[in-house]
Amino acid sequence: MLHVLLIVFLISLFYMSIANRMSTYVNVLALQGILLFFVAFLELKSINTLNLIFILLETIIIKSIAVPAFLKYVLKRNHITREAEPYVPNFVSLIITTFIVITTILLSNTMEESYLDKMFFVVALSTLFTGLYFIASRRKIITHVMGYLIIENGVFVLSLAVGNEMPMLVNLGIMLDIFASVLILGLFLNKIGDVFKDIDVNQLTNLKDY
Amino acid sequence: MIEIYLAGSALIGTILFFNRGKVLNYGLIWLFIALQCTFAIYACMNYNQTESIYFTFDSLGIIMLLTATIISIPAVIHSWIYIEESEEKTPRSRATYFGALVLLITAVSAAYLANHIAVVWIFTEITTLSASALIYHHRNKLALEGTWKYVFICAISITFVFIGILFLSLSFAKGGSDDLSFKNLLIHKSFLNLSWLRLAFLFIFTGFTAKLGLFPMFTAGVDAKDKAPGPAAALLSSIVMCMGFVGIFRFYIVVANTPLLHWASLVVGIAAFISLFIAAVYMIKVKNIKRMMAYSSVEHMGLVMLGIAAGGIGYYAAILHIVLHSFVKSSLFFQYNQIYRVYKNKNIYQLGNYFKYNTTGAIVVLLAFISVTAMPPSGMFVSEFLIFRSMFESNQLILLLVVLLLLTLIIWAFAKNIFKLLFIPPVNFDETTVPVISAWRSVSQFILIGGAAYLGLNPPLIFVDLIKNSISLLPH
Repeated sequence: MLHVLLIVFLISLFYMSIANRMSTYVNVLALQGILLFFVAFLELKSINTLNLIFILLETIIIKSIAVPAFLKYVLKRNHITREAEPYVPNFVSLIITTFIVITTILLSNTMEESYLDKMFFVVALSTLFTGLYFIASRRKIITHVMGYLIIENGVFVLSLAVGNEMPMLVNLGIMLDIFASVLILGLFLNKIGDVFKDIDVNQLTNLKDY
Repeated sequence: MIEIYLAGSALIGTILFFNRGKVLNYGLIWLFIALQCTFAIYACMNYNQTESIYFTFDSLGIIMLLTATIISIPAVIHSWIYIEESEEKTPRSRATYFGALVLLITAVSAAYLANHIAVVWIFTEITTLSASALIYHHRNKLALEGTWKYVFICAISITFVFIGILFLSLSFAKGGSDDLSFKNLLIHKSFLNLSWLRLAFLFIFTGFTAKLGLFPMFTAGVDAKDKAPGPAAALLSSIVMCMGFVGIFRFYIVVANTPLLHWASLVVGIAAFISLFIAAVYMIKVKNIKRMMAYSSVEHMGLVMLGIAAGGIGYYAAILHIVLHSFVKSSLFFQYNQIYRVYKNKNIYQLGNYFKYNTTGAIVVLLAFISVTAMPPSGMFVSEFLIFRSMFESNQLILLLVVLLLLTLIIWAFAKNIFKLLFIPPVNFDETTVPVISAWRSVSQFILIGGAAYLGLNPPLIFVDLIKNSISLLPH
């Protein structure tokens, strides 16, 4: 069951790489939050109940309700167009995502010791690199934020893998999640949307060296 | 004491944020400086003691804490002058500025002393928050762009450090304890799984380069220093860089005690060399004098990490170099504000003949230039020479030659711009509006540059001992 959830998580990355509309991205992020909720519920059996409730609340309330709602609000308020406007065709994105997943599977096979469930490792690392690829290949600043949220989800998967031995690290990861999301999204809501009316990274090129 | 320090600074910072009164603001900031100095003295008196489990007053921590304390005093003085002379000052922006300043210095000091990698990581996060408030001080479009880039890249890099910590915990899974403090890792070094440790080192190193200002994450720091007010940029290019160094160095000690020493030094060396190369390319091209200073910091961090990669005497030289660089580069950024006040511009074409408008300031620029390019009477000559010696001793002659070539380019580019600033008259410059700048404002820079020369040429025995103690755990 755990593996099924993780594979669905991986498939959601493929779906995101070929999706065209901004609202699809937001929906997939919400879905990933729900998937993480079940993964955390199934994986973290041996930690204390209070801590578990905290982690589950984080996934369900922040990752799958608050952040997507906030993103939708920003999309609407700043009149951001529905198209994602990637620099590269979706087909190429799909190939690159596939390439990333295959590379992480190969990498996981070179790690000699199987102390960790390899599925967690593969899903976490491919999510991380897909997130980075998303940031590099999309044009709007808000898609950069979404890329960062994908990376956060990958990190969360990885922290769940060690969660039973070191629950402190899961809590630290959640702290990072909340802290960075508040900082980045807060900055976004308050300032970027108001100052840069047409939100596009091409507007962020005034700091240069000549 | 560390709890008192952290709680006291947090309290002062919070009151500063919410208080708009001018007298109370300045009173509180001096109260904080008093607290910082008391804490630094207390740390020296309790050498090698551990407090509150997670903080140890060890040699490296004390060197960096003293450096940060010394730099924070002129930083507050210059911030004061900067805020008072600023045209767009409001009580709110002043309160935010000083609150963020207090938070930044506290977080950096705590990160120096932390003996647990997760604690270093937490304080690194706090510096991102406080630094972004400082960078966004001017609240215009360009400042927002700089802040956004800084926050975004720092957020990704702290995520990288966190992934590194997760891999480290996997590597340590057989160690029999879940304590990830540096001391415990060193004791159980033979239990560390090397392939996980490799991944952990890659991620932690990449993550901390955003603060250290090294390839690959250096861009955030350059934009931040360009847009931050001069005194804040001085802190970003000195004590925050030291924090990135401490994060990498403490973990490097652990890795160096495993069979991965050679591999790790190769990784560090490659990143350092690429940083030097990038700094050389951009310094030839750059026309904005503040960005040029920021790229010069990238160059010096490259040299520091080359010393670490070479090993031997290089370890000693690296720590000496980063301390001296902090003094010299912060004084250059303090001086930058006076330059900007004269010319109201930072493009090199609009600057010039600085000797005529502010003689004392021009002498500071000249002395800082001699120090930054490591010409003989300066302290940094000694540390840079030792770094080259360590590279020579580890038989990296070709690398050394290329590095020297790059440094020649950097010195040429730096000298070209600095001499333009000092001696060649600017075009279409209206002399009538130049304000008179008191010579007293340059005193702190003279002290910092003089201190750097003294520490480099004739280091006190206690300073040498502290550096030697902080590298004693590395294999020689």
